[in-house]
Amino acid sequence: METQVLIIGGGVTGVGLARDLSLRGVDCTLVERRDINAGASGANHGLLHSGARYVTRDPAAAVECRDEGRILRRIAPHCIEETGGLFVAVAGDDERYAADFPGACRRAGIPCRALDPTEARALEPVLSEKLIAAYAVEDAAIDPFRLALDNLSEATARGGRVLLSTRVEGFDIEGKRVRAVRLRDAATGERRRIAAEVVINAAGAWAKEIAALAGLPLAMTWSKGSLLITDRRLAGRVINRLRPASDADILVPGGTVSILGTSSERLDSLAEIVPTVAEIDRILEAARDMVPALERTRFIRAYAGVRPLVGRAGETGDRLLSRGFALIDHAEEGLDNFLTITGGKLTTYRRMAEKAADLACRKLGVRAACRTAELPLAPRPANRWTEAGAGPRSWPEASRAPQELLLCECEMIPASAVVEVCEALRLQGARPSLYGIGRRSRVGKGTCQGAFCGVRVNAHLYDRQLLSGREGIRDLRDFLEARWRGMRPILWGTALAQEELQEALHCGLFGLDREEASCPPRP
Amino acid sequence: MPAPPLIPCDVAVIGSGIAGMSAAWFAAREGFATVVVGRTGGILFASSLLDLLAVHPLAERRLWENPWEGLARLAADEPGHPLARIAPARIREAIDAVAAALGACGLAYGDGGNRNRWVLTALGTFRPTWRVPATMEAGIAARRAGAAARIVSFHGLRGFSARGIVECARPSWKALSAAVVEFPRAAPGGELFPERMARALETEAARAALAEALTPCRQGAAALGLPAVLGISRPAEVHRDLEARLGLPLFEIPTLPPGATGPRLKEAFERALAQAGVRRILGQSVVRAEALATGGFRLETENRDFCPGIEARGVILATGRFLGGGLRAERGRVVETVFGLPVAFPEDRDRWHRRDFFDPSGHPLNRAGLPFDEAFRPLGGGGEPAHPRLFAAGSILAGQDWVRSGCGSGLAIATARAAVDGLKKALA
Ligand SMILES: Cc1cc2nc3c(=O)[nH]c(=O)nc-3n(C[C@H](O)[C@H](O)[C@H](O)COP(=O)(O)OP(=O)(O)OC[C@H]3O[C@@H](n4cnc5c(N)ncnc54)[C@H](O)[C@@H]3O)c2cc1C
Ligand SMILES: Cc1cc2nc3c(=O)[nH]c(=O)nc-3n(C[C@H](O)[C@H](O)[C@H](O)COP(=O)(O)OP(=O)(O)OC[C@H]3O[C@@H](n4cnc5c(N)ncnc54)[C@H](O)[C@@H]3O)c2cc1C
Repeated sequence: METQVLIIGGGVTGVGLARDLSLRGVDCTLVERRDINAGASGANHGLLHSGARYVTRDPAAAVECRDEGRILRRIAPHCIEETGGLFVAVAGDDERYAADFPGACRRAGIPCRALDPTEARALEPVLSEKLIAAYAVEDAAIDPFRLALDNLSEATARGGRVLLSTRVEGFDIEGKRVRAVRLRDAATGERRRIAAEVVINAAGAWAKEIAALAGLPLAMTWSKGSLLITDRRLAGRVINRLRPASDADILVPGGTVSILGTSSERLDSLAEIVPTVAEIDRILEAARDMVPALERTRFIRAYAGVRPLVGRAGETGDRLLSRGFALIDHAEEGLDNFLTITGGKLTTYRRMAEKAADLACRKLGVRAACRTAELPLAPRPANRWTEAGAGPRSWPEASRAPQELLLCECEMIPASAVVEVCEALRLQGARPSLYGIGRRSRVGKGTCQGAFCGVRVNAHLYDRQLLSGREGIRDLRDFLEARWRGMRPILWGTALAQEELQEALHCGLFGLDREEASCPPRP
Repeated sequence: MPAPPLIPCDVAVIGSGIAGMSAAWFAAREGFATVVVGRTGGILFASSLLDLLAVHPLAERRLWENPWEGLARLAADEPGHPLARIAPARIREAIDAVAAALGACGLAYGDGGNRNRWVLTALGTFRPTWRVPATMEAGIAARRAGAAARIVSFHGLRGFSARGIVECARPSWKALSAAVVEFPRAAPGGELFPERMARALETEAARAALAEALTPCRQGAAALGLPAVLGISRPAEVHRDLEARLGLPLFEIPTLPPGATGPRLKEAFERALAQAGVRRILGQSVVRAEALATGGFRLETENRDFCPGIEARGVILATGRFLGGGLRAERGRVVETVFGLPVAFPEDRDRWHRRDFFDPSGHPLNRAGLPFDEAFRPLGGGGEPAHPRLFAAGSILAGQDWVRSGCGSGLAIATARAAVDGLKKALA
């Protein structure tokens, strides 16, 4: 198989590239080791930055966020909830920092309006009584799953190819060019090669590993961030703590829940990206000054993502297009057709894709210009299930049969949605599995964390002939194990009682903990 | 206004799970004036299988064909385990007695003897248990014989796919096949609820209609496997009647809860308690408990109009764990919710649970609970019994992981017996 451009990594940057290139008529193939948004793109805060957060530290990044935010509101309004945002300081916070904030916003050109603390508390009653300053900004919430899936759908509709569950293992290099990329299918173990004219490394935190496979040095360190999901939406707006960036200073609404984070912890390796008990405790202790109700809130789960930090101080600073992201042309290190695009933000993914695609097109001699800033991103019906609360809301238009079965009660997901998502998976060349369905819908994201809906979805897939053999048992085990990573650090109160039920059900009644031994001796 | 008089009794049992109901039944049979107070809890999720011991040691995943041999090994390895502190003969007697009482109330059990049995589940897995409800027994014999069995599911019953069960169970049971039928009088395309199906099947008309719907499924089958929906208050009768109508053995398969098996177990227990003369104050929580100078206790419930309070000579605490509500975890500690008794638990929250959910050794927090003395009295702060007439039974006891060991109901019933034995001595 051959392709003009091979994109490594199925996060927002990779799928954004696939859409951008296919709109320019470039033939491209995206390979992703696990699934869409398996990296930072599926483990972030979902905040469409107004830029206000960066006005003091990095005004250039602030402007980039502001501009990209405006573009995304135009091209992908269906992925964005126009919540607005607040910056608030509480008694004890650095008052000088708070006082400087509006000036810094003005200098950077980021809209910001001062509010009286009582006015802010009237807007968001969860805010602490100890508020001393408040400003309104243009933050919004963005659904990274819907965004990525719609980008991918459009790319594949235009002939782009995607290989999920396919890992890049190495490169065939001849002289100054990569000839082919060596791949391995994660499910079957099968190996294959794809010849490519240009290779783009969009592997996020793993970009260093990919560069190393091509013998290229890439200075990178990592910062892990953990977040917590509440069982209900605490506030209508994004709430930022008005102080130099620190742990737990943002609460972002996402559909029917709120997300609190993030911590920031240096990592030496990517072997394990899980939220820890210590991080969660730190986040909660820091956040309750701003939102005291968090002390009594039930959490659904936690998760963690990794930010790549490219370059050691001073070393590769000149290569950064902005301090936000890194686009590296590895020609200097001896490979003419190999690029790396990493770092940045969800908010700026489109721009990252544009710059990387521009460079790739120059190398290919393609002159078509980028169109992603103008052409609206088409909303695909099959991708709408990622949105919290999408179930009830989309029934009328989806003409849900009056009696249709709900497979997931926490998130109100009907059987037809699961079937629709399985069809989308098939188009992406992926087998129907709880894991894939979970990334494309809210299945497993409610209070049961998959304990009940996982069983119901599997039963439905068997009835539909979409699973066979013991696949369903393996999928359920993997799914519950993956959800566990996020449950483990928040197990107290009601969440712990729910976990006990999950364990009684899956280990007690169904015996999944001794799955391999759960076949009786042959008669 | 004078306060209404308290309800006087010898024994008050707090908690109406398997442990609490068993304790109340044993106490009443000993001749004690007994009251049980409990809100409805996890029992509604129960499968009605009575486990004794399936796995030990956990880390080795060693499965015991003979649970009594397993218990002997458990007693040697973990002398602090609640089941290690009760004589095996006493355990057997206790479970036999409860199983017989439930049988007399419509929920019959097969023999236990010295063997665990493998029951087919709604996931198509098999899980070992000791006492199997009579409505589930035919499946065990059919699998052992390698008989051709047809698994039947109903349109609209979520989480139960006959095809899925067959696909998953086939490595252990070759001659399985699947069929799907409409449940009689179900709204087309509508959702079915096991408890409602089960109640419907207590009527003769519904059974006749179901037998008719199942008739085509008999073709080529030596036994039929159905989701566990064959009745609530008279499952044995519903089962017998359907077998007679269809002319072949039927067996139930425990479903994803909430199913019919939990309400079935709960109602059979409630009937047994009524027959034994236990006063039942159900749907109520004990919100305050106080030791009296007289040596007894005063218990207060949520709703004073419903229950003015209880004055008991002795108390058995069977309030379960986190799901039942006997224990509650805060971010850094675990508390006992009625008396504030000391709880044994790992200090560091990071050590409450292992990194992998399915880690075979189980999670340390699941062994947390009340430390107790040889009479099953929970210990106070100083290592002495918290109160001479306060006893504990069931999953709230420390030092056991009933889920992973597969010993839930057995532990609940046996420790209820032990607590009543202890209380009997204390009240003598
Ligand atoms: C905790 C946290 C919170 C954040 N919050 C925000 C926010 O609120 N707003 C915002 O704008 N930005 C936020 N960000 C930043 C944003 O999430 C990232 O910038 C963005 O998701 C990066 O996307 P990406 O596609 O470049 O990388 P990723 O999403 O990490 O994608 C890389 C992909 O490469 C794949 N891959 C790795 N190795 C291989 C291989 N060998 N073969 C094939 N594929 C491979 C991975 O599986 C992965 O899917 C946050 C980041 C973190 C970590
Ligand atoms: C999903 C599930 C599957 C199961 N499957 C099996 C199985 O296959 N085999 C098996 O042997 N057993 C099974 N069981 C049953 C299990 O064995 C028992 O639930 C377990 O032994 C615990 O029993 P318990 O009575 O100690 O506690 P619980 O069942 O937790 O009962 C405690 C009771 O006390 C009540 N309570 C708590 N606090 C108060 C208060 N302050 N005032 C009044 N009442 C209070 C609770 O509401 C509850 O009713 C299952 C249970 C569940 C949940």
